[in-house]
Amino acid sequence: MAWVWFHRLGSPPYIYGLAARLTPWFAWPAALLIIGGLYGGLVASSPDYQQGEGYRIMYVHAPSAWMSLMVYTTMAISAAVGLIWRIKVAHAVAASCAALGASFTFAALATGSLWGAPMWGTYWEWDPRLTFELILLFQFLGYMALRSAIDDVQRADRVSAVLAVVGVVNVPIIHYSVEWWNSLHQTASVMKLAKPTMPLEMLIPLLMMFLGFTLLFVALLLVRLRAEVLTRERSAAWIRDVVNA
Amino acid sequence: MSIGEFFAMGGYARYVWPSYALVAAAIILNIVWARRALQRARTEARRRVAMKDSAT
Repeated sequence: MAWVWFHRLGSPPYIYGLAARLTPWFAWPAALLIIGGLYGGLVASSPDYQQGEGYRIMYVHAPSAWMSLMVYTTMAISAAVGLIWRIKVAHAVAASCAALGASFTFAALATGSLWGAPMWGTYWEWDPRLTFELILLFQFLGYMALRSAIDDVQRADRVSAVLAVVGVVNVPIIHYSVEWWNSLHQTASVMKLAKPTMPLEMLIPLLMMFLGFTLLFVALLLVRLRAEVLTRERSAAWIRDVVNA
Repeated sequence: MSIGEFFAMGGYARYVWPSYALVAAAIILNIVWARRALQRARTEARRRVAMKDSAT
């Protein structure tokens, strides 16, 4: 009985309709949170006592980096679910993640570089966190290249899922890199068990950006998932109802 | 704080604003890409349904 919802989630027409209904519930709160976070981060919060106004890059850099790890983790988990239970929709979720993940990983690297230039005196350093984040970008790009190189969708699903699952080891490496190695990059200020080391007027806009980016990811994923499901199920009978609706 | 001071970002303008522009571009592009993918998939599905109808 408890498995009914799980089986439903595996059904493409159900997922297609559900994704369409859910999208605005994630998209609008995401927009509000990001706009509020931008206002808080750029206008309402005071400058940092060490970095002055330059620290404001944090409000876009940290959420982008968070997004890159969140997207990869989602991609790897759904790829694993697809491999283990042979659920096509799970593979469609994984495939929908890649381009999204690549662009935000790039944004995290580029904004980090723009932050590093004035604060560390360099745009790039082969520092563990930076290096592993760059590898993450190549993982997303490699995943996309691999998928596009295989014509048969089911084979592309299986092969790329293995790559995604194996590559997930990089996620904890990136997260803990600043603790494991003596890094140029600062350690966590928010994502830790103890009290965050940040005044509330900085923490609140940052958390709004984190939550806003998370909801934005879900909204974008839902739209991409519909496109993916529609393309994969092109010969199914239910497509007719969707198209004519 | 004046508008000029706000845009100057305490001398960090050339690092802060490109960062915000980049992330804004990433968000906007992802919205455009996602919508375009869905639009394309729908057009293709509609075309296939119409083709099937004309075949029978």
